Amino acid sequence: MSIVLIVAEQQPDGHLRKATLNAVGAGKQLADKAGAELHLVLLSKDPSKVTEELKGLGAKVVHTATAPEFEHYLAETYAPAIAELAKSLNASFVGAASTAQGKDLLPRVAARLQAAMATDVMGFGGSGADIVFQRPMWAGNVFAEVKLATPVKVFTLRATEFPAAAGGQGAAEVKTFSPKVEGGKTKFVDFKEVKSARPELTEARVVVSGGRGTKGDFKEIEALADELNAAVGASRAVCDAGWVPNDLQIGQTGKVVAPQLYIAAGISGAIQHLAGMKSSKTIVAINKDPEAPIFQVADYGLVEDLFKVLPALREAVHKAK
Amino acid sequence: MKILVTAKRVEDPESKIKVKPDGSDIVKEGLKYKINPFDEIGVEEALRLVAKHGGEVVVVSIGGKEVQEQLRHALAMGATRAVWVNHTGTLDQMGVAALLQKVADKEKPDLVVLGKQSIDDDQNQVGQYLAEYLGWGQATFASKVESLESEQEKSKSPALHVSADGKSVRVVREVDNGLATIECTLPAVVTTDLRLNLPRYASLPGIMKAKSKPIEELTPQKLGVDVTPKVQVLKMASPPARKAGIKVPDVATLVDKLRNEAKAL
Repeated sequence: MSIVLIVAEQQPDGHLRKATLNAVGAGKQLADKAGAELHLVLLSKDPSKVTEELKGLGAKVVHTATAPEFEHYLAETYAPAIAELAKSLNASFVGAASTAQGKDLLPRVAARLQAAMATDVMGFGGSGADIVFQRPMWAGNVFAEVKLATPVKVFTLRATEFPAAAGGQGAAEVKTFSPKVEGGKTKFVDFKEVKSARPELTEARVVVSGGRGTKGDFKEIEALADELNAAVGASRAVCDAGWVPNDLQIGQTGKVVAPQLYIAAGISGAIQHLAGMKSSKTIVAINKDPEAPIFQVADYGLVEDLFKVLPALREAVHKAK
Repeated sequence: MKILVTAKRVEDPESKIKVKPDGSDIVKEGLKYKINPFDEIGVEEALRLVAKHGGEVVVVSIGGKEVQEQLRHALAMGATRAVWVNHTGTLDQMGVAALLQKVADKEKPDLVVLGKQSIDDDQNQVGQYLAEYLGWGQATFASKVESLESEQEKSKSPALHVSADGKSVRVVREVDNGLATIECTLPAVVTTDLRLNLPRYASLPGIMKAKSKPIEELTPQKLGVDVTPKVQVLKMASPPARKAGIKVPDVATLVDKLRNEAKAL
């Protein structure tokens, strides 16, 4: 039976990255279509925190490997280990969530497996050996159906397009393996985490985003976000200016979000920004310029100064609670 | 040091992309083309590194003769010379990485700098494939700590830190939830993120000088690479259109609509 192997991602704090659950959900869909078995793999210095969680996600086997070299993620040490496992299992599909790690790691795994790859897959078509991958191109202005004409097919998955795998679905068999640890040309130096008390951007139910129109003053954006228990996002322009950290950027080159409610304040709606939020369920645009392209995708638009609207909106939401 | 940088020809990011009715391709008529914005950042970074450490910047592009425009653009920015891999058919990232591997074998650069992704196929793969093919370290999504409006940026100093002995490069990478710093032994592959730098404009003297800079012509055959695409785009379609929205007059109406119509609050 062919195998779909999904690479799990552990955060620096030891927890499983939420996008992995969506990747496992996607892996299940693919395994059904391809008539394959779902396996998961985790490389870690200490997998104990997440193995139990991975076991209950409905996969057949969870493969884990531990080595001190796996403490900090590096493509050069992770890729050979994943590729070695994929080869020994004779896996037909190798995938992971389209996180920074997934995008860094999977092409290197693919190169090692002489496999073709699709990035940011949003769905699967076909069946059996003729699976096709649906993915966006040109900043989401084109949806393409792609065939990977190599025996092994590698991909990353856009988390917002797949349901998260639920826990408690029986217990997968856990197998440990001991890959040859390669690498040595790259070393980890440090990681500076941007900590936030707010929900994670790609997982939040509501996102409040600010653009150039804020002139760098995010106080009202943050206050509204807190009232709505929302995550804060930003356009490229405000990240470039250094007004907010880069990891808040939403767009083709930043994060892709698809919350229930997306509020864009002072964001014109350039193509590259729309690529990152167009799939949101309900979009609200607040902008002084009635011609701003953001109004073309907004369900509700308000042509007004954001510094007037945001406090009023916050108050109205608060009162209605 | 010798730095090899890429200059892919892509549709202008501001252009409106439409799919042909038969789904075979995008409508190319009337589109403007330019160097992939991430590659332009790569050229800029290479120029800054060479200004500090000495050496040369070799720019490479793959495509029909029209890609000479992008090579000339990089030469006008200040690159030393260019390599043009003449190929007119469809290419995938495996083909591109295999061709770049051969060019790197020939040129023996200390560093290859590519954009993290090209804005047409949005794959974000070539740098990583190339690093594996070459057996080198990789540092993707290279960024920096300062903003693009900082003093450091205005002084045009490189964001990639080459060690004093010239044997390694330290790179700040833009990842989920923060910035990771890694150090790669040279030679290595680096891919650029948006906030690595602000590319310079080509000056008029630069443009004039670029005309006489050499462009070496190669082909996949000469390099001995089979570029038959393994990633085959079967069909293209426009994304589903969103239902037309409405403009609301005030906050009260907005809250009412969000609560009762969209049920989003």
